[in-house]
Amino acid sequence: MPSITRDEVAHLARLARLDLTDEHLDRLAAELDVILTSVATVAEVATADIPPTSHPLPLTNVFREDVVHPSLAPEQALAAAPAVEDQRFRVPRILDEE
Amino acid sequence: MSAQPDALLPFADAVATFDPVLGLEVHVELGTATKMFCGCPTGFGAPPNTQTCPTCLGLPGSLPVVNRVAVESAIRIGLALHSDIAPWCRFARKNYFYPDMPKNYQVSQYDEPIAVGGWLDVDVPTPDGPRRVRVEIERAHMEEDTGKTTHQGGETGRIHGADYSLVDYNRAGIPLIEIVTKPIEGTGASAPEVARAYVAELRALVRALGVSDAHMHQGSLRCDVNVSLRRGPDQPYGTRSETKNVNSLRSTERAVRYEIQRQAAVLAGGGRVVQETRHWHEDTGLTTPGRSKEQAEDYRYFPEPDLVPLAPSDEWVAQLRRTLPEMPAARRRRLQADWAVSDFEMQSIVNAGALDPIEATVADGADPAAARKWWLGELARVANERGVEVGELPIFPADVARVVALVESGALTDTLARRVVDGVLAGEGSPDDVVAARGLKVVDDDAALLAAIDEALAANAEVAEKIRGGKVQAAGVVVGAVMKATRGQADAARVRELLLARLGVSG
Amino acid sequence: MAQPADLTRLTAHDLATAVAAGEVSAVEVAQAHLDRISAVDEAVHAFLHVDTDGALAAARAVDAARAAGERLGPLAGVPLGLKDVLTMQGVPTTCGSRILEGWRPAYDATVTRRLKESGVVILGKTNMDEFAMGSSTEHSAYGPTHNPWDLERIPGGSGGGSAAAVAAFEAPLAIGTDTGGSIRQPAAVTGTVGVKPTYGGVSRYGLVALASSLDQAGPCARTVLDAALLHEVIGGHDPHDSTSIDAPVPPVVEAARRADVRGLRVGVVRELSGAGYQVGVQQRFDEAVALLEELGAEVVEVSCPHFTYALAAYYLILPSECSSNLARFDGIRYGLRAGDDGVRSVEEVMSTTRAAGFGDEAIRRIILGTYALSAGYYDAYYGSAQKVRTLITGDFRAAFEQADVLVSPTAPTTAFRLGEKLADPLAMYLNDVATIPANLAGIPGLSLPVGLAPEDGLPVGLQVMAPVLADDRLYRVGAALETALLDRWGRPLLEEAPSL
Repeated sequence: MPSITRDEVAHLARLARLDLTDEHLDRLAAELDVILTSVATVAEVATADIPPTSHPLPLTNVFREDVVHPSLAPEQALAAAPAVEDQRFRVPRILDEE
Repeated sequence: MSAQPDALLPFADAVATFDPVLGLEVHVELGTATKMFCGCPTGFGAPPNTQTCPTCLGLPGSLPVVNRVAVESAIRIGLALHSDIAPWCRFARKNYFYPDMPKNYQVSQYDEPIAVGGWLDVDVPTPDGPRRVRVEIERAHMEEDTGKTTHQGGETGRIHGADYSLVDYNRAGIPLIEIVTKPIEGTGASAPEVARAYVAELRALVRALGVSDAHMHQGSLRCDVNVSLRRGPDQPYGTRSETKNVNSLRSTERAVRYEIQRQAAVLAGGGRVVQETRHWHEDTGLTTPGRSKEQAEDYRYFPEPDLVPLAPSDEWVAQLRRTLPEMPAARRRRLQADWAVSDFEMQSIVNAGALDPIEATVADGADPAAARKWWLGELARVANERGVEVGELPIFPADVARVVALVESGALTDTLARRVVDGVLAGEGSPDDVVAARGLKVVDDDAALLAAIDEALAANAEVAEKIRGGKVQAAGVVVGAVMKATRGQADAARVRELLLARLGVSG
Repeated sequence: MAQPADLTRLTAHDLATAVAAGEVSAVEVAQAHLDRISAVDEAVHAFLHVDTDGALAAARAVDAARAAGERLGPLAGVPLGLKDVLTMQGVPTTCGSRILEGWRPAYDATVTRRLKESGVVILGKTNMDEFAMGSSTEHSAYGPTHNPWDLERIPGGSGGGSAAAVAAFEAPLAIGTDTGGSIRQPAAVTGTVGVKPTYGGVSRYGLVALASSLDQAGPCARTVLDAALLHEVIGGHDPHDSTSIDAPVPPVVEAARRADVRGLRVGVVRELSGAGYQVGVQQRFDEAVALLEELGAEVVEVSCPHFTYALAAYYLILPSECSSNLARFDGIRYGLRAGDDGVRSVEEVMSTTRAAGFGDEAIRRIILGTYALSAGYYDAYYGSAQKVRTLITGDFRAAFEQADVLVSPTAPTTAFRLGEKLADPLAMYLNDVATIPANLAGIPGLSLPVGLAPEDGLPVGLQVMAPVLADDRLYRVGAALETALLDRWGRPLLEEAPSL
């Protein structure tokens, strides 16, 4: 089934926030085509009557009680940040609101 | 931001030509002690990044664990909305990149919400009293809140033109319940009021449940307003806009009104409404376009593998059902009957946000009429001056009940009572403290009053003559002088009685 | 008393016993292993970070506790290599990626905490394929690890550093993580023992996620008993991990000591042999199965027809989950930030950072996963893969009605040459064909060495699989086979490895 185009790969790269070169996109398109052709075989046996498995074990209802635990000190929270200002994470300008 | 102001059709024309269809998505921030998936506290207004941990910062390797009380709150909201509680449901990841989201995915629920269907009856105010509208609920689901971004530099302090932004993750991971209505049809010209009434009723409901303080101005209750127009009720739905950032009841109403007018102008001009997200601006009363949905993200939802499914047992749901309080609508009906007030008066009480304080004041022994008089009169006036809700004034219902009791016993006149209330509001303590400190006491010594009356008569000889001559209405001048002389601490009715007796005329 | 030069050749069990008896100090043990690392790791490159000070401090604490008469844990004073995918407070954790270069976590993983609490001496962080994606450790941003058996060959992956450290006597123990075979396949190609516990048996808190529904941390060791001792230390319920099983750790140490397979039904999985399996691998496997029969096991053949689809399902589920798990690496809160010139938008800076910080394999899988989850493709790819997962779990259930454990070769081939499969992702993926089904079903698996392939003289691993929470059976079979093979060989297989 698959034949993934360079443009599709470019779209996926945008969705995944990966700024890739044209050469890399071309290479990925070729590789993904091979991989997808191989993995698409799952559709051969995945009939409508089979329930999907998202979790390997049938656990349900795992909760924590609503009890406060100590937070990190703000210095710890911010320690690894590439840029900090006013005890906040500093980020480059945001183009548009979500 | 668009440079051109939107063309608007007059509202009456818009709703005469088009049939508005509403959809409301309300996010309620739960008032749990801790976040949805970690033990960080949720207090509002803490210094930035002091309420974070590996999990809510999305540090590599961290994992979420569900807050039991958040799930219970979600189920209770669902039950109160007459929804079906899903016997089995999962969390899902909603994948998109945004700097306020630590993991670049939001843990939410997608096609398996905890609560499905249901309805909420709302009373829409009309000049003829309230009209009941049933709003059908599509679903209610759980998710986590994002962090808070502030934009720095540039001229406006807004996102556009900012040089960079700062992120505080204290809010990231606070539990949210998103309640989504089915399309609300057939509201016509009252669509804006229906939207407002729905949000108000939902707010009352979550407050009654005790699951959220639901303060819109603090963002603990937020509303997204979907509006579309069609030519008539038998026509297919039009293209909708989704307006975000609607942070007050009044804005809900105004945003719906604005979108109806804007879209009507587009359609009347032969244009096409664009499916997009718009932002409401409280200051200007406008909506402006955000990201167009036509280039929207593909959220790539899939079941959250780090959390196991929820399977609320029938027993658990039944147990939670037993914890439901009286619903706001039923409570209003009961109180209205108890207090013997008209639909219209009840509407005023509700609109003034005075239901809780009046009920509490009555519970503290006050007569309903007297309690109403205080909360809708003097206190409403002060609240209005201060720009707060009456319930937020620094006076307890018990204080008001005490003032009412002092008036009823004759210890205070209405004038004195107002001064007592002023004192309480000024932080001078309880009503009894204020009475004692300010020396506020009715002068009930007839001899002292007669002395003051004689003094006043002597100073107003002409008026005294007029009264003797039968112009009883002139007595007010003398009564006023006596009240002034006693610094308001006399009972005006008693003064008048004594005055007329002194002059030998009958009232 | 053992001389320090010999300390690195002892098992974890023997080291712990010697430390507890006061025959050797924990500091001496730690120093011997640090010296060994200094001597050989330039050639092997098993470690990304050696925490000399931390290790010696931990060793001193064990010695002090012993001196104070405190009761020591069963592995107190034993050195260990921690795969660089588990967080350790204050110690660099890179996951083999440039994007996390220099990151020092603010917290310990639960596994790390349990190791520290039991007096295990953590020597440092071991090399791995970037974010555990790979079967050769060649996808580490910090250069590959070399197989101690032949430095021109791969040590397996993603946990090649942990397996090589153990095989090269740099540490008697290591922690690995296994998403599709990353503990078992490196164990197989380095002649060591590796165990993937039941999913949920060991906490994932602090394990930087590759594929959350498949990842599982577990022990790497030179003997089955050592693996069991380590399994018991790190296993058990953790309230910080919602997928952690709230049940006691299966009696793995007891099982390793029992080492008895009499009456046990051993199922040979038909689909995990034959075509695609190296002749010498198949030969050593068949001999081991015959040995199990000699030891009193009842050997049966079982069929798991949907295993044919396991690899395909895995390479949809894993990239899907990983595309989401790796989204958080964006240069905002920690790690690399690239391209922030004050002009570019946050979206551009994130995209530049991620392209610069992730290697080719990570990018390949992120794109693949993004595709498989996209609207319009979800049902055909991710959705179908999850159904295959159901079928594979069903195959296991049926097979475990006929057999108490299942066995197969761990990997289809012995260690291949560095660079041999780098240009062909699909060929690389095929290394995991026998190990992936266990991850998809959440069941436990163990690999132990069963000899050297005649054609290349490199180690061959046999995999044992058991039902969920029957991890102890792995150790019963593994220990029985290990004992019998040791009898046959006269000395441990690793003694055959060339000296470094």
